[in-house]
Formats: sequence, structure tokens, C-alpha cells
Amino acid sequence: MTMTRRQALGFGAAAAAFAVTGFRALPAMASAEDADKMVMDFTGGKAPESGKIMLNTPEIAENGNTVPVSVEVESAMEGDDLVDSVLILADGNPNPAVATFHFTAMSGSAAATTRIRLAKTQNVIAVAKMKDGSVYMDKKQVKVTIGGCGG
Amino acid sequence: MAKSKPRVKVPKSASAGEVITIKTLISHEMESGQRKDKEGKPIPRQIINKFTCEFNGQPVFSCDLDPAVSANPYFEFNAKVNESGTFKFTWVDDDGSVYETENEITVK
Amino acid sequence: MKINAGKGPLDPFPADRSWEGNHVKKTILMMGAALGLAMAAGVTVLKADPIDAKLEIDGKPMVTRTKAPEGHPFDEVMSGWLFREPETRSLEEDPFENPGMLSVEEGEQIWNTVEGTAGKSCATCHGDASESMKGISAHYPKWDAEAKRPINIELQINKCRKDKMGAEPYAFDKGGQKPLTAYIKNQSLGEPVSIDLSQGDMQAWWDKGKEEYYTRTGQLDLSCASCHEVNMGKMIRADHLSQGQVNGFPTYRLKSGLTSVHNRFRGCIRDTRAEMPKAFSDELMALEVYVTWRGTGLSVETPAVRQ
Repeated sequence: MTMTRRQALGFGAAAAAFAVTGFRALPAMASAEDADKMVMDFTGGKAPESGKIMLNTPEIAENGNTVPVSVEVESAMEGDDLVDSVLILADGNPNPAVATFHFTAMSGSAAATTRIRLAKTQNVIAVAKMKDGSVYMDKKQVKVTIGGCGG
Repeated sequence: MAKSKPRVKVPKSASAGEVITIKTLISHEMESGQRKDKEGKPIPRQIINKFTCEFNGQPVFSCDLDPAVSANPYFEFNAKVNESGTFKFTWVDDDGSVYETENEITVK
Repeated sequence: MKINAGKGPLDPFPADRSWEGNHVKKTILMMGAALGLAMAAGVTVLKADPIDAKLEIDGKPMVTRTKAPEGHPFDEVMSGWLFREPETRSLEEDPFENPGMLSVEEGEQIWNTVEGTAGKSCATCHGDASESMKGISAHYPKWDAEAKRPINIELQINKCRKDKMGAEPYAFDKGGQKPLTAYIKNQSLGEPVSIDLSQGDMQAWWDKGKEEYYTRTGQLDLSCASCHEVNMGKMIRADHLSQGQVNGFPTYRLKSGLTSVHNRFRGCIRDTRAEMPKAFSDELMALEVYVTWRGTGLSVETPAVRQ
């Protein structure tokens, strides 16, 4: 079989693309375990429940450098029904830590939006810590696309 | 490092007890510490590490930032206002610089 | 069949390009290869149409689709905004959320700052930019009779700095060049692009730019038209190919922040793995004249937000 240089490159790249997507047991830059540990540090060892917190992320991020994320926690934000803080993590980044939001009764509602960096397709995790000590978690996968040219 | 004044969007007026939305944007590279220069030397981390919003001296919202927050950090959050007063916004840089801005709101 | 795919597939951190930027070669190789494969094998590239939506900025409607001028290869010219994901589009819709506006504000400071031996700022001669610069940049590049070549806003700024202010001209992408250009162009937000080809030798520069546009170049043997005309609207890997319009430059790229048009041209040329012409060279000025004309009728969107 004879191939032109470009065809050879093409097959090489197709193989490369397959290797990248098909081979997951790579040495991860940060592991899901690191993120789990950070969650536990934040909650004081308590396993977070699901519900109450809603994390909003794009399904596909056009560029990993600027990915909008919003979080909202169900709470009256008065009396004893208060959200203390929300931890945001990205479990595939070199360091999973992203940001921690702190709320008060003057926040009116426990909702915040920011823009974050995602090094690759991965889970974004949000954990809410309530004033009464209960903890809630939501997790969303964001697919980070590789651009057509320089990426 | 901030090249322009921080941008803050706060309504000029609100009714007592209203929950308003605040948006903030500041110019900053948020150098992650993960990058290398042309000679292959790591570029040291320099980020905004803390953002706070106070109203009449009381904390409303704050955020601890890690290098995974995008360049030109943007925040959108809410505040419940019961009286007229002043919002004070503060950004703290790794190099110790502090950027501040204030906005008045009239509550009817 | 032995294929040398290079370091790429074994690279343990394939996706960290946005953090480090030193994997450019690998991604270019893969992109070129994927495209090369598609073209060589006659594989149909995934089709994805631009969206059907209206763009308004500050309540001002933007022309994002319009009938192409006579002699244009397309029936309709389309803004790159129509090719982007909803999150990217919404960033441009709200001037508060648009990070490019930080540079526009920086540009405003520069506009009012005295520099050079003549003790002048831009404002000394031109006053309030919102009046004096309104609509101006929609008609650049334009013929400069003195220099006997077309100039863009960047070069117009440098001309003023040198001749009127007694200040050093900005080096490419340095000093206040990008923010000041963004500020001046932002004063024409919404104005339809139209350049005057009847002045001086503009037509000859347009011809030269057109020839460049269709000339295949680089190791990947691609012309501007290969992506932005022939495959416009299709996907190149995960990226949606636009018409490559320049009506939003300097543009805020999620990838790299505020980006000048000549930087973008150079980036595209680099990605074909060709030698990059210098910024403001005859080659790139001719290309800017021609590509600007290809966007005739689109609103100035500076600072647009793109991927």
C-alpha cells in the first residue's frame, strides 16, 4: 500500500484521536480522589446528599479557558435556613480547587455565577454547606472541545 | 495588574427588602502558575485570590478564588437591600494590591 | 503500514493546551491531518448550519446577515457570531459581561492621556470620541495618499502618534495599540462595514488580497477559502467554521483575550504551517482590505466575543 505523506499523517491523527479518547487510564493531572478529599475537607467528613443545590454549566464548552458556571441553593436565606458557603471543584484540572462562595442573610438568595478554566472534559462539582451543618452536592460533566486549528 | 477600573453593575434604586442582582468584572490575567514562558521557565502564579462585597459595612457575598477562575474574573450574585447605602467591592491580588470600588443605592 | 504519529497520541496530558500553549504543534498536526484525511478520502465533513437569531447590543440591532456585494462568492455574508455556541453569543450580547469591554475602557483612558513631545492626547485634537469617531472605523482600511498604501486603524493611530503627538508609534500588538483600536472601533458599533475601493490604488490592493485569499499555502496546502469559503458552516474537528469575517476585531477570544486582526491572520497562516508575513506588511494589509470587503454590510461588532 502506498500512501502520500498527507494520507499517512491523516491516519496517524485519526489513530491519535482514538488513542486520546479511547484510552482513559492515563496518569491524570488531578484525580477524582483529590476532589473527593477536598469535598470531605469542606464538609468536615460528612458525605453530601443530593438535592437542594443546582449547578448550571454548558454541556459543551467552546473553549476551556472561559466556561460559565452558575450555582443556586434552595434556601430562604433568613433565620436558621441559611447557606453558609458553596465549594466549586473541577475534578480533571491540575488542581481541582476552583472557588468558594460565601453567603450571608444579606445575600438575599444563595446564587452565584462565575467563569472558570477547564483543562479538559471533566466533572464540575458544587457542594453547599448549610448553617445547620447539612451538606448537598451536584455534579455536571462539561465537554471541553478542542478547536479546529491551534485548539 | 488591573489595567482598567473594576466594572460593577448595581441598580441605582430598589424597594425595601428587594433582592437585587449585582455583576462585577475586573481586568486581571489570573496567571495560573501552570504556564511556562518561551524559555520553558514556569511563570509564577499571580491571581486575584479574594473578592468581597459589603453593604454599609456588613458582608453580603465573598469568594475565595483559585487559579482555575478565568482571566478577568466575573461574578454575578444577589443582595437583599433594606435601606439606602453603599456597596463596597474589594479584590485582593496575590501581590498584595487591593482594588476597590463603591456604588450607592437608594432604597424607597 | 507503519505510521509515525509523533509524540501526540502518547502525550499524557493531551488536553492541557489551554494552560500551557506549548502543544500547538501537536494540535496543528492533528487538525491538518484530520482535514487532510477528510479531503483526501472525500469524506463529508459534518454539516452544521449557522444559527438563525438576532443580535442586539445595548438595544442596538446588529446586522449579522446581509446580502453580499456584487462579485462576492456568497449570496449572503454572515457574522461569526452566528456560528458560536449560546454561552459565547450571550457574552457578546451583554456589554457588561463582555470582557472585551475592559479593553475598550482601557482604550478610553489612553484616548485621554497626553503622550509625546507635542503634549497632546487623542482627545486634544479629536475631542469626544463618541462623536468624532462615530462610524469612522467602519470605513477602514482606507487609502493613505502620503504612504501610498491602505492603512488600518492601528496604522492611523501610529501616524497620529508620530506626526501629531511626537510620540513613538506602537509596535505590533504592544503598548496601547489593541485597547485603543478597540475603543475607536467600538465607537462605530452597529455601523455597516463599507470600504472605498475607488481611492488611490485600493482596487489593486483588493486584487492582491483576493489572490492571497485563494492561494494555497503552507505544508497543509490550505488557502483562506479552503476553510472559510469551501467548508464554511461545517465542523473542523469540534470547531464550527465561519466565513472568517473581521467586522468584530479586535475581538475577545475566550482562548487568548483581546486579539488583533493581524494576529488572527498570522495565527491562521501559522496553522497551515506556512511562514507568517509580518503584521502590517503589504501581504497582510492587502488581505485585510479584501477580507474587510467580504464583510461589506455587516455591523462593526468590536469587541466581538469568539472562541
